[in-house]
Amino acid sequence: MSKEKNTNTDIIEKEYTTLNLGPTHPATHGIFQNVLKMDGELIVEGESTVGYIHRAFEKIAERRPYYQITVLTDRLNYCSSPINNLGWHMTVEKLLKIEIPKRVQYLRVIIMELARISDHIICNSVIGVDTGAMTGFLYIFQQRESIYDIFEELCGARLTTNIGRIGGLERDFSPKAWALIDKFLAEFPAKLKEFENLLMRNRIFMDRTIKCGPISAEMALEYGFTGPNLRAAGVDYDVRVMNPYCSYEEFEFTVPVGTQGDTYDRFMVREEEMWQSLSIIKQAIEKVKKEPAGVYHADVPEFFLPPKEEVYNNMEALIYHFKIVMGEADVPVGEVYHCVEGGNGELGYYLISDGGRAPYRMHIRRPCFIYYQAYTEMIKGALLSDAILTMSSMNVIAGELDA
Amino acid sequence: MNNLLSTIEEKLKAKFGEGILSAEMHYDFPVFTIRKDIIHDVIKFLKEDEELAFGFLTTMCGLHYPDNAGHELGVMYQLHNMPKNYRIRLKTFFAISDPQIPTITDLYASANWMERQEFDFFGIIFKGHPNLKRILNMDEMTYHPMRKEYPFEDGTREDKDDKMFGR
Repeated sequence: MSKEKNTNTDIIEKEYTTLNLGPTHPATHGIFQNVLKMDGELIVEGESTVGYIHRAFEKIAERRPYYQITVLTDRLNYCSSPINNLGWHMTVEKLLKIEIPKRVQYLRVIIMELARISDHIICNSVIGVDTGAMTGFLYIFQQRESIYDIFEELCGARLTTNIGRIGGLERDFSPKAWALIDKFLAEFPAKLKEFENLLMRNRIFMDRTIKCGPISAEMALEYGFTGPNLRAAGVDYDVRVMNPYCSYEEFEFTVPVGTQGDTYDRFMVREEEMWQSLSIIKQAIEKVKKEPAGVYHADVPEFFLPPKEEVYNNMEALIYHFKIVMGEADVPVGEVYHCVEGGNGELGYYLISDGGRAPYRMHIRRPCFIYYQAYTEMIKGALLSDAILTMSSMNVIAGELDA
Repeated sequence: MNNLLSTIEEKLKAKFGEGILSAEMHYDFPVFTIRKDIIHDVIKFLKEDEELAFGFLTTMCGLHYPDNAGHELGVMYQLHNMPKNYRIRLKTFFAISDPQIPTITDLYASANWMERQEFDFFGIIFKGHPNLKRILNMDEMTYHPMRKEYPFEDGTREDKDDKMFGR
């Protein structure tokens, strides 16, 4: 209340409390600082401070050959690294005009959809934790473990995967990887159903999340929302449908949308997307079976490393190996933007090449960074506990936020 | 997509004339270079035009070309018309000695942090921005690190030869 309005001197002037939520707070799942002005338990206004884990990826990328930038993208949204990796490879392939064989595209779809499931598992189970429901989180995390086992079999790493190469994948799926994927596909539906039974129609969970942190479709577009958060507000924008990459146009899937844009809708949209991802993976496996076996990269010796035994025994392979590792491959001059549907929305790479061994400029459109600025607007007038829930349902990942 | 390029080029040329410096395709994107003083009007026109209606700001980023005397710094905007799936890119360049450009936060709320980020990294001053301060780097920093004159490696090191490891 401002001083001018308060003419009666008998009334005690109202004071607000300033509360520092973060930078390290157990409830925010990452390094986020919000300085909140509180009226009792209600939030009057807030200010976000970001940049606590800024690592200057865009600057580092200006000095690295293209294939060395993949490891930087791992560390954006580290809950779904493979999507970031493959998005980067596709950007460079677009610049180099490399045609990727269909089988590789389907294999990539399998990897990306598995990553999407693992991303949504984390977000949705953490929404549960923040409402006080720890059980679902513990149950479903076993499934994320299975997905990480698959990644480990595919590329050797679990979290920061560095999966795939420019021009394809680094190796074909092994029989063990296929067996793990089959096992996951057989087990996951029942587990996901169990998780949904715990939360979806749970009275406490619904009371807690419905009308918590809502955003209208107009506001969401105004603030640059993409991905599940935008779809929860009722806009059916999905990069996989709008600008298909990696043969997504050949797959049958629906794009779930919400109506209120609140925490419950965001939860439900992610749940449905997991079911859709499962269906996409099954379709992709069928499609892979129809393609010639053993193809896992395009025929681009200038950019795709030859097998090691050939490097040791074959002059041509040795030359290519040397040129790729030293960054001597000829890269066309040009600028290109490529976007993929990441775990959080439209993840875009803007790349300017001047023909050098490293990009002249690389800019990443990080969905988190763009939609997190609406956060203080969304929590105005809300309870502090709802603010925590709103943040976890927006799936703000510190690595992607700060790049 | 070439259709989109010519449609927009015609519309912009009719409205702004010489202010549209170039229009060309870069891969799958129509790219327009706009004179700095009309960039806000052009974006406003593109947003409010009934047919084009670019209602979504996808991203923006700063650019630095130290060799282009008088036009060293630049900003790239990417706009999106979601219902029709039109995507375009706009660029504008200006001198590093006077790095001022009008803000577009009045058109797109999402431009707020994007402009702060480019101010932080390139020192581009967005006139009229409600809260133009550093966002990812610390407030005490005295320079704008994404400009090309700031080397990535420590300048005092001699063991790393740029011929082998640089760009």
